[in-house]
Amino acid sequence: MSTLIFRTIAPLLVAVMLVFSVFITLRGHNEPGGGFIGGLIAASAIAILGMATGATATRKSLRADPLSFAGFGVALAAFAGLLSLPFELPFLTGLWTQVFGADVSTPMIFDIGVYLTVFGTISAVALGLEDEEAD
Amino acid sequence: MDIALALCALAPFVAAALMPVIHRAFGNLSGWIAALVPLATFVLLWQVMPAVADGGEVRGALDWGPLHDLSLAFRLDGLSLTFALAIAGIGTFILVYSGNYLAGHVHKGRFLSFMLMFMGAMQGLVLSDNLVALYVFWELTSVTSFLLIGFDASRVIARRAAVQALVVTGIGGLALLAAGILLQRISGGWEIGALQSIAGHTAYPLVLALVLLAAFTKSAQFPFHFWLPNAMEAPTPVSAYLHSATMVQAGVYLLARFSPVLGGTAAWTGLLVVFGAVTLLWGGLMALKQTDLKQMLAQTTIASLGLLVLLIGVGTELAVTAAMLYFVAHALYKAALFLVAGALDHETGTRDITVLGGLRDSMTVTFIAAILAAVSMIGLPPILGYFAKEEMYAALPPDGWQAVVLVAMVLGNALLGGVALAVMIRPFLGGTRPLPKKPHEAPIAMLLGPVIFGAVAAVPAFAPEWFGEHFVLPAASAAYGHAIHHHLELRIDASSLLFWLSMATWVIGGLAYWRLDAIRTVLRRTERWSLDRGFDVVMFGLIRTSAAVTRLLHHGRLELYLVVVFAMLAVAAIVPLTLLGGLPRLPSVPNLHFYEWGVVALALIGVGTVVVARNRLFAVLALGIQGLAVALIYMLFGAPDLSFTQFMVEVLSVVILALVMSRLNLDAGDTRPFEDFARDGGVALACGIALTTLLFAVLGGQLDPRLSEFFNANSVPMAHGHNVVNVILVDFRGLDTLGEISVVMTAGIAVLALIRGAKRRHT
Repeated sequence: MSTLIFRTIAPLLVAVMLVFSVFITLRGHNEPGGGFIGGLIAASAIAILGMATGATATRKSLRADPLSFAGFGVALAAFAGLLSLPFELPFLTGLWTQVFGADVSTPMIFDIGVYLTVFGTISAVALGLEDEEAD
Repeated sequence: MDIALALCALAPFVAAALMPVIHRAFGNLSGWIAALVPLATFVLLWQVMPAVADGGEVRGALDWGPLHDLSLAFRLDGLSLTFALAIAGIGTFILVYSGNYLAGHVHKGRFLSFMLMFMGAMQGLVLSDNLVALYVFWELTSVTSFLLIGFDASRVIARRAAVQALVVTGIGGLALLAAGILLQRISGGWEIGALQSIAGHTAYPLVLALVLLAAFTKSAQFPFHFWLPNAMEAPTPVSAYLHSATMVQAGVYLLARFSPVLGGTAAWTGLLVVFGAVTLLWGGLMALKQTDLKQMLAQTTIASLGLLVLLIGVGTELAVTAAMLYFVAHALYKAALFLVAGALDHETGTRDITVLGGLRDSMTVTFIAAILAAVSMIGLPPILGYFAKEEMYAALPPDGWQAVVLVAMVLGNALLGGVALAVMIRPFLGGTRPLPKKPHEAPIAMLLGPVIFGAVAAVPAFAPEWFGEHFVLPAASAAYGHAIHHHLELRIDASSLLFWLSMATWVIGGLAYWRLDAIRTVLRRTERWSLDRGFDVVMFGLIRTSAAVTRLLHHGRLELYLVVVFAMLAVAAIVPLTLLGGLPRLPSVPNLHFYEWGVVALALIGVGTVVVARNRLFAVLALGIQGLAVALIYMLFGAPDLSFTQFMVEVLSVVILALVMSRLNLDAGDTRPFEDFARDGGVALACGIALTTLLFAVLGGQLDPRLSEFFNANSVPMAHGHNVVNVILVDFRGLDTLGEISVVMTAGIAVLALIRGAKRRHT
C-alpha cells in the first residue's frame, strides 16, 4: 500500500477531501449533501491517511480519539435539540437566526453533530482495523 | 401547596445527586446536612396536618405524559400523611445516624446519596395518586434498596442478598404493574383516589391476586419472607429504615390504600388473615432461634408485618384503627431497636446476644433507649405499643374463626414480647464480659434517633385524644373508606377480657424469654430445608436452563448464523405474500435508454464476477463494482443524495472488507465443498427472488402520497431548506436521526471492542 507516490499524494488528497466534506455538509440543506455523506467523505480521508502514514501517526494527527468525535457529535446533536426548550418549544424544534449576515440554525448544528458522529465512528473502525494490520 | 407536595417526593432525588459533592465539601457533617431534606419534608407535612386531620386532602400534580392522560399526581390524605410523616421523621434521624455510623467510609457520600434516593422513592410511593406513578416509585424503592442492601458490594453475601431482594420484590412489582393496568381498564382512569370498589367485577380475583402478590413480596409475607433477613447484609441504618417506616411497609401501605377498592370480600379477609397469621407466628418463632441482634429484629419485623396484614384483612373499623396504631408504634420501636443494635455493634464489635452482656454502665443512654423501645414492643402501658395491642385485641370478638385469630395474635405478640425482653436485657444486664472492642457510649448522632423515637412513643400516654385524632383516625378512615369516629383513651380495666388477654401476652412472653436458650436449641434442630435455599435452587435452575437455550441457539458457527438469518429473510418476505395472495405479476420489460441498460449490465457483471471469482479480494472489488452501478442507477433516476451516500458507502465497504480480510489471514482463494456451495447458493437465490418479488409487490401497490406531499410542500416554508432529504433528516425527522447516530456510535464502540478483544486473544 505504501508506495512512494501514494505516500506523497495522500496528505494532499486527504486535505482536499476534508475541506470537500465540510463543504458538502454545509451545503446539504439546499443541495445534495449533508452531515451523513460529509462524515463518510471525511472518514474515507482518514482511512486513506491511515494507509499512507500508519494508524498511530494518523491518530496523533487527529489529536483526539476518533470515538470522542463520535460521542461529541451525538452530544452536539442532542444539544441542538435542547436549544429550543428555553423558548418553550418542543425538543428539536428548528430555530433560525442570522449571524453577521449568514443564516445559522439549530438543524445546521444538528447536522454538524451527525457529521462528527459518522466521521468519528467510521474512522475509529478503519483505524482500529489498520492498527491490526501493523502487528 | 401542589408544588411543595411534589417536592416531598422529588427533592430527595435532587439532593441525592448533589450529595457526593456535599460530602466532599463538608466531610463529617454530611450526615447532618443530608438530614435537612427529610426534616424540611417533615415540617412541611406537619403544617398541613390539621387540614388533613379534618378529613381534607391536599393535591398536586406535575405534567408527565399529557397525551396519555398521565400526570405525576400526588395526593395527601390521612393514610399518606401518616406514612409520609413516618418516612420523613424516622429518615431524618437515620441520616444523622448514618453520618456517624459510616464515618470515614470511602463511599459515605454515595451511601447518603442512595439513602436519599430511597427516601424520595418511598415518599413518592405513599403520595402518588396515579397508578403508573405508584408503580414507578414502587420499582424505584426496589432498585434503591438493591443498591443499599448490596452497598458492601465486595462481599458475596451482600451481593446475593441484594439480588434476592431485587428478584423477589421485582416479581411483585410486575404484578403491581399488571394490577394497575387492569384497574385502569376497569375504572377508565389512572387516578387512585377515584377508584371504586370492584368486588363484583369478573376481573376481581385476578386483580386481587396480583395486588396481594405485590404486597406479600414487598412486605415479606410467608412464603416470600426469606429475602428480608438476608437484607440484614446492609449497613445497620439501612436495616433500621427498611424495617421501620419504609420498603416492607410499602406492601402494608398498598393493602391499606386498596382495601376500599378490593376489601370487604371473603377472599380478601380469608387470604390476608391466613397469610398474616402464619407470617406472624413464623416470624416470632424464627426470631427466638437467632442469636444475632439484627437477625432477631429482622424476624420480628416479619412477624409484625404479618400482624399488620392480618389486621387490614379483618378490615373492621377497630381492626384498621389498630393497624394504623400498630404501624406507628412498630415504626418507632423497630427503628430505635435497630439503631441500638447498630450502636452496640459499632461500639463493642459484636451483635451476638450470647456474647454481649453487662453494658448498662458503659452504654447507659443506649440502654435507656433500648428500654423505651422494648417497652413499646412488649406493649406495656402507657406507651404507644400498649394502645396498639389493646385496639387489636378489641377488634376481634372471641367467637368463631375470630377466636382462633385472636389466639394466634396473642401468641404472636407474646413471642415478640419475649424477643423484646431478650434485646433489652441480654446485652445490658448481667456481668460484664470480654468483648472484641472496649465498650464506650455511642456518639450523640447515634443516640439522638433511638432516644427520640422512644420518647415519641410515650407521647400518646399524655395526649391520647390528640394523637388519635391527628394521626390514627385520618389514616384509618382513608384505609377503611369511611370516616371513623373513635376515641383513643388509656384504660386499664381488670374486669374486661382485654386486660386478661394482655396479661396472657405478657406472661407467655416472659416465659418465652425465661426459656429462651432452651427454645432456641429446639428450634435449631429443625434447620434442614428453607425457602432461602429453595431460592438458590430456582435461580440455579434458571441459569442452567438459559445456558442450555443459549448453547442451542448461540453455537458460534458464523456460517450457520448467516444461513439462518438469510433463510428467514426469504421466508418472511415470500410466505405472507403467497398466503395472503399478494404475489405481483411479472412486470413488462421497461423502456430504457442504451446507457441505462449499460449500467444494469455493469451491475450484473459485478454480481456475476463475485460468484465466479477465485480470489477473495477480487470478489470484494467486484461487489464494489455492483454497488457503484446501483449508485449510478440512483443518480440516473433522480436521487442524488442517495447516490452520493451509496458511492461513499461502497468505497468504504470495500476498504474495510479488504482490511478485515488481510487481518483474518484467510486463504486468498475461496473454495468450499459442493454441499456448502449448493446450500449458500440456494439461500442466496431464495433471498434474491424473495426480495425482488417483495419490491415488485410494493411498486405495484398504491403508495400513500400524503407524507411526501407534505414534505415537499413544507420543506422551504417551514424548514428553510430546498434539499427535502436533508430537511427530513435534520429537521422533520430529527428525533429519528438522533436515535440513528446514537446507534451508529454504539455500533462503532461494539466493533472496536470486538477488534480489540480479538487482538488480545491473538497475542
